[in-house]
Amino acid sequence: MSLTVVVDYESGNLHSAEKAFQRMAAETGAGEVIISGRPEDVARADRIVLPGDGAYPACKAALEGHSGLQEAIEEAVQVRGRPFMGICIGMQMMASVGREYRDTPGFDWIAGEVVPIVPDDPALKVPHMGWNDLIVTGSHPVLEGIETGDHAYFVHSYQVVVRDPAERLAYAEYGGEVTAIIGRDTMIGTQFHPEKSQHAGLRMIANFLTWAP
Amino acid sequence: MLKTRIIPCLDVKEGRVVKGVNFVDLVDAGDPVEAAKAYDAAGADELCFLDINATHENRGTMYDLATRTAEQCFMPLTIGGGVRTPEDVRALLLAGADKVSFNSAAVANPDVVAKSAERFGSQCIVVAIDAKTVSPGKWEIFTHGGRKPTGIDAVEFARTVVAKGAGEILLTSMDRDGTRAGFNLPLTRAISDAVHVPVIASGGVGTLDHLVEGVTEGGASAVLAASIFHFGDFTIREAKEHMAAAGIPVRLN
Repeated sequence: MSLTVVVDYESGNLHSAEKAFQRMAAETGAGEVIISGRPEDVARADRIVLPGDGAYPACKAALEGHSGLQEAIEEAVQVRGRPFMGICIGMQMMASVGREYRDTPGFDWIAGEVVPIVPDDPALKVPHMGWNDLIVTGSHPVLEGIETGDHAYFVHSYQVVVRDPAERLAYAEYGGEVTAIIGRDTMIGTQFHPEKSQHAGLRMIANFLTWAP
Repeated sequence: MLKTRIIPCLDVKEGRVVKGVNFVDLVDAGDPVEAAKAYDAAGADELCFLDINATHENRGTMYDLATRTAEQCFMPLTIGGGVRTPEDVRALLLAGADKVSFNSAAVANPDVVAKSAERFGSQCIVVAIDAKTVSPGKWEIFTHGGRKPTGIDAVEFARTVVAKGAGEILLTSMDRDGTRAGFNLPLTRAISDAVHVPVIASGGVGTLDHLVEGVTEGGASAVLAASIFHFGDFTIREAKEHMAAAGIPVRLN
């Protein structure tokens, strides 16, 4: 039976991610979803979800604080091509470097940096918090059925700016373009929270869980 | 474009909704999870649970509630009431809350906001400010359900907690709360202009025009209401359509 591991490195709200993935796994017959911070579980996973909330350096340090965990994720995704979904900071860690507080190296799977959102209209508040509509510019199996105009729930103050525009799959307008989805090959990352985004979010989760590249 | 959020707020006491929610045929109008599911289906943008009788003994009820809600509602949930320490924040986040709101504890010691934001990120730390007008253009923080004056200026306090890392302000006018006379717009505008984070306007909504005013005149990023939704005066959909007609971007699909 297919196994999806939601990586627990003591960052963020794992419970709602777990429940949303479990619900969609049950609906699509996509096997088992577990929460684990054990490298051996990541190693045997068919799919990996990396959530994350909070400051970039704290999240990265928390991940590195779990012995062997980051190595197991990199091995599964980069060597064995296991489908990977990063959410929020989990998505930001796919980039080369985070600039929050100080420079922190990311996984460098998607060339780019994580920089503060600076809306061109000073009246716009940061964090970028709430429902915004997606402008879909790329294609990816996980985005099947997701269209420009679908709403997603964002809450963040930093965004990923990718070097190769083809690796940004969707953005939202917030006093300029804010990266919403990045991806390539067997990887996808969402800045918004699919587990909090009702229809469009649950659709993406179902797509991810039934994706067999 | 970012949409203005409409947030129904449920007052919870010992795991039950105070006064109940009567806008749909719920099996159990006093069950917060039932109410949350109904609001989820109705298109609310977020939900807020406020534990109005938070004691150490009944914390478990709130954790259980957060867990059961997260299992069934795939939308953002804020929980407040009786939150005192970063450990309280962690426990609520683990249980299923997406944001946690400080109130009296932040007034007593704003550093608890900084400690929590450093650990969990500003995005999940809300500070609830209960303010009363003390003279024209001057508002003071009150705690303990509006009974206890603190001598602290509300606008200054908002700046302080945002500097400490609060990611959002939930602003309640104690003058207006429960009156249905509309938000305190000068207060809302003063706080909204003073901070760079989103401000949720609360207290006093009686009509759909009040929701519009909170945004257009008060500068709020989100509007919170309780009774107009719970008692079925208006649906979330009607509120959103009314706001859209006034030119405010809302999420309708």
